[in-house]
Amino acid sequence: MLGRTLREVSVALKQGQITPTELCRKCLSLIQKTKFLNAYITVSEELALKQAEEAEERYKKGQSLGDLDGIPVAVKDNFSTSGIETTCASNMLKGYIPPFNATVVQKLLDQGALLMGKTNLDEFAMGSGSTDGVFGPVKNPWSYSKQYREKRRQKAQGESEAADCLIAGGSSGGSAAAVSAFTCFAALGSDTGGSTRNPAAHCGLVGFKPSYGLVSRHGLIPLVNSMDVPGILTRCVDDTAIVLGVLAGHDPKDSTTVQDPVKPFMLPSLTDVNKLCIGIPKEYLVPELSSEVRSLWSKAAGLFESAGAKVIEVSLPHTSYSIVCYHVLCTSEVASNMARFDGLEYGHRCDINVSTEAMYAATRREGFNDVVRGRILSGNFFLLKENYENYFVKAQKVRRLIANDFVNIFNSGVDILLTPTTLSEAVPYLEFIKEDNRTRSAQGDIFTQAVNMAGLPAVSMPAALSHQGLPIGLQFIGRAFCDQKLLTVAKWFEKQVQFPVIQLPELMDGCSSVFENEKLASVSLKH
Amino acid sequence: MWARAVWLTSRGVLGGCQAFATKANPQESGRITAAVIEHLERLALVDFGSREAVARLEKAIAFADRLRAVDTDGVEPMESVLEDRCLYLRSDNVAEGNCAEELLQNSHCVVEEYFVAPPGPCAFKAGSGTTEVNPWPYNSLSYYFQTGNISLPKLDEKEPFLHS
Repeated sequence: MLGRTLREVSVALKQGQITPTELCRKCLSLIQKTKFLNAYITVSEELALKQAEEAEERYKKGQSLGDLDGIPVAVKDNFSTSGIETTCASNMLKGYIPPFNATVVQKLLDQGALLMGKTNLDEFAMGSGSTDGVFGPVKNPWSYSKQYREKRRQKAQGESEAADCLIAGGSSGGSAAAVSAFTCFAALGSDTGGSTRNPAAHCGLVGFKPSYGLVSRHGLIPLVNSMDVPGILTRCVDDTAIVLGVLAGHDPKDSTTVQDPVKPFMLPSLTDVNKLCIGIPKEYLVPELSSEVRSLWSKAAGLFESAGAKVIEVSLPHTSYSIVCYHVLCTSEVASNMARFDGLEYGHRCDINVSTEAMYAATRREGFNDVVRGRILSGNFFLLKENYENYFVKAQKVRRLIANDFVNIFNSGVDILLTPTTLSEAVPYLEFIKEDNRTRSAQGDIFTQAVNMAGLPAVSMPAALSHQGLPIGLQFIGRAFCDQKLLTVAKWFEKQVQFPVIQLPELMDGCSSVFENEKLASVSLKH
Repeated sequence: MWARAVWLTSRGVLGGCQAFATKANPQESGRITAAVIEHLERLALVDFGSREAVARLEKAIAFADRLRAVDTDGVEPMESVLEDRCLYLRSDNVAEGNCAEELLQNSHCVVEEYFVAPPGPCAFKAGSGTTEVNPWPYNSLSYYFQTGNISLPKLDEKEPFLHS
């Protein structure tokens, strides 16, 4: 039952094959069993069971609230949840209990979803590995998969277990691990420069970043206000569409949500892609791209072409400056956003009471990790009066050029862009931490952050397993507010590639039903 | 304004990177002078804490410098991707509130309906560079307030940090 998609389990609930309480208990028990993944910071067991009971009552009376009623979900720990600790994986917010729900959380709860817990991340969502949070790194469930283990056994003998442990990607790595390990059916991430799509690619999930302005940011603890969006992580595209249908729309509490009316996101099954034009941005073919991802990318393009779509090479000339531009804008907005954490009204407060300022400084020293402090300092440097024009305003100008690159491509008749999501598959944790956070973020976000600067919708789709038996994701990018069309194309792709389900036999002892709908590894991209 | 005091106090209280922040820095590159470091620490209210952190900033700047190669003549800066749309403004009516109790619960130090901060901005004499650490001296509050009131610089005062 746990291995089913959200849509499937929703049908099972409606038909009474399982009750919300049974489903909730199964997920809670799996959360316990997979504790070592470090996917959750807080497990809200009591609340989830109470919600499950209420959902059960509704089902009994035939008054279910809809597709999400009784469905276990998880939420990244940078969304405010009323009465539940919200930490951003930082000492600064340990023990902080928000008095309100983020709009997206409230919308899920209003639909009857069960909140299983709050998921792990890089501190304040700054990172691309989920390795830099105060609660420790998230482990990628694929580290324990049959697919990966078998390949490892053939290759290396005697290497320690730790050397095998892979990063989940980030910063929404906890959300990705939670969905990937079947502990919930959907999870909220956040996406500022790729934080939803990156872990989705590493964990073999659908990771969706909506158009900026489509989904409310109210209650999402901000990183970069002009780029942040809530993201959705699920095991299939239809599930993403269900969740998006619930989340999308204007929020009076977020003035940057657009007021256009939103219809439910029903995805038609594309039967032919004849009229579709897919653009392949040539600048995304960088030397650092692994040969395996590159060949998978071109096979995916071939897949569209052979199905009758027009596939053309396109140019986004400012791509190589995009990650630099992002770096300047991100740190600058971070410097400003993080000013709110001063120890007075909420969050950590140091013991030093010499003066208000000494208290501020010591609080922030104790509360933030090196990465956050480093970004605050860089941002303040770029915002100095003498640097403002040369760095911050310069970056804002480059941002326009990058956004215009996309507009020009879409105006030239291209419907969807197809790119890699990440440079390579997930790397081992010990390998990952050899480089500092800034370098890793620049690598991890290389293909994803331009989309945030342009406000476009994008989705990372699991495409195939690498030779090592690890997921590789490809990214589809759509025109602003054409989220539905983007997901429709993604759904067609999903159907073609039949990405294999993760096999976790050791973890799932006694949960054999997890794999009742297991698909065989028929990876059409890998002939 | 308060940045001055905090820099001074953080030097002492946090024992941050006084040595290389205040003395001539052998690692000092063209841009990251000791003065810049001090200035940033005061603005950011976080200290560098180590040479590595300064090196990290230098790398971050070198990375950002790549933008210089882009021709942006005549390009308008972009602040928001929604610049072409009207921003939603709700009507100016009170829609929620009366939640002081709830909000105060997340603070470590409150009295009645007030957040309590330690004594004001200039607990340390500007320029004294003192590293003396005092506990919150309730019995000498008057001293702190007095000093604070007297030496508060004006908001528009842009004078460089007095460092004697």
